[in-house]
Formats: sequence, C-alpha cells, structure tokens
Amino acid sequence: MNEIAVDIVLLALLAATAIAIARLRNLFAVAMLASVFSLLAAGLFVSLDAVDVAFTEAAVGGGISTVLMLGALALTTREEKKASRPTWVPLLLCAVTGAALIYGTLDMPRFGAADAPAQQHVAPDYIARAMPETGVPNIVTAVLASYRGYDTLGETTVIFAAATAVLLLLGFGRRKRGKERE
Amino acid sequence: MNHHLVLRVIAKFLLPFILVFALYVQWHGDYGPGGGFQAGVIFAVGFILYALVFGVEAVKKLIPVRATVGLMSAGVLIYAGTGIASLILGYDFLDYSGFGSDPVHGQEWGILIVELGVGIAVAGAMVAIFTAFASRAPEIEDKDW
Repeated sequence: MNEIAVDIVLLALLAATAIAIARLRNLFAVAMLASVFSLLAAGLFVSLDAVDVAFTEAAVGGGISTVLMLGALALTTREEKKASRPTWVPLLLCAVTGAALIYGTLDMPRFGAADAPAQQHVAPDYIARAMPETGVPNIVTAVLASYRGYDTLGETTVIFAAATAVLLLLGFGRRKRGKERE
Repeated sequence: MNHHLVLRVIAKFLLPFILVFALYVQWHGDYGPGGGFQAGVIFAVGFILYALVFGVEAVKKLIPVRATVGLMSAGVLIYAGTGIASLILGYDFLDYSGFGSDPVHGQEWGILIVELGVGIAVAGAMVAIFTAFASRAPEIEDKDW
C-alpha cells in the first residue's frame, strides 16, 4: 500500500515536471527540471527494486548530463525560439504514440509476476549460477562484467568514442579568449 | 565565482568525500549497487565540482587535458587487455577463469579488473568532455544566467 502511494506521488511529480519542461522557454530552467526529472525517475527505479539502474540514472541523468547541458547552454542561446509552425501535428503524433504504448501495456504480465516471460527465460539460470560460478553476490555485477562482458566492453568503447568525438569537435579551448581571468 | 565564499568552502569540504565515495562504489560493486560506470561518473563529478567553483583552468592544472585522454584510452585498453590476457591463458575472450588459483577466484579477479577499466575510462571521458565544453565558453557572470 505504501509503495503504491510512493509510486503515485513520484509519477504525478514526473508528469508535472514533463509538462513544465514542455511549456518553459528558458533553457536554463529546462536543464534544471530535466535533472529533477532524472532524480524522480531514479526514485521510481528504487521503488521497482532496480537499485543499480537508479544509481546510474541519478549519477548520469541527474548529475553529469545536467552539467553537460549547462556547458552546452553556455555556448549557445538561453531562450528557446518560438515554433514557427503549428504544433498540433507533433502533439497528435505524441498522443497517438502514447496511446499505442499504453495499449501495449494491457497485455503485459503484472509487475513481479512469477510466470512472466522475463522471470522464466535466463533469469533463474543466472540466479542459480552466478554465486557458485563467479563468487560475486551482486548478480547484476556478475552478469554485467562476466556473463555479458562483451556487451560491457562495447559500452565502454562507445563512451570512449563519444568522448573522442566531442574532443575532435570542440577541442580544448586553444582559441584565445577575449577576456582573461585575473 | 570568487565572491561565493560559502560555495568555495563547502566544495573543498565535499571533495574528499565525493572521491572516497567513488572509490567505495568502485570496489564495493561486487557486493552492493554500483560498479565501474557509476564510480567513474562520481569520480569525474568531484573534478567537475572543482571546475564549477574554481574555474576550468584550475582543473586543467590539476589534471592536464592529455591525462584525461590518456585515462579514457587506458580504461578501454585495460578492459580489452583483460580479454587478450584470458586468450593467452588458453580461455575464451573475456573468460576470466585462468586468473586465479581456481575458476571462481579467477572470475572475481577478472570482474574486479574489468570494472576498474570501466571506471577509469568513464572518469577520464567525463572529465575530458566537460573540459572540452567548458573551455569553449568564456567565463559567465552570475547575472547572465
């Protein structure tokens, strides 16, 4: 019961934040609200018992990406331009997509149901094997770093490639500044 | 931000805790939530906080740009190198069974090393990206936000 109340409050705040982000024109406020959005999402993940995902969401979505957004904002303008075209086409598109997604959830098994496909495929195998085979109590870490080591190597390479691309595009400020700090 | 005395003092006070917490998340990832990715981000956040309060140039003095690029490359190399090492020991790529006295011990070592690689790569990449962004923009006055 308590968990449902927490979920309802978090989802309501999430929806309010999303609407505020869509309506605001000041991009600084939007970046800050996006950070709040990530923090609320992290709270939801904790309530779904996905602590590793929540941790990542809070650190990356709430922390780093906000700072990077602000860094990008400093290079560009602080106000969003008014849309020159009518916005009802994208609005309709969003509504239809959202309705389709909600329709899709109707067939999904209940959250945490033991007979859900997600609980019956590889999950029992990992739960049974992880501790005796790797000696690592956190199954998420065992799957991430050992059973799915290839994927994580790929992810690390993606981060490396992304950083390299940013460095190639932006450089490290070799350009002389107009005003030096004292 | 020279006039923000409270921010400067609190930031300096927080820094060691952030860095130690990052190391805790890194090495405790086997037992609790967290791991290399989260630890790398938190470690980078320590430097980014320092840059936000004391300026990008201060961080560049602390950790030169070349070092951040070196770190992110080193992290990926540690990860891929672990795979090569397991090949040399006669196992499949990224099968860590050969690293310890028995396969279970080897898996523990492999996971620890690979997570360290991820942490170093992520920390280096995040600091590098932030430095690249922040170096482009001139210093912003408080009222400009």
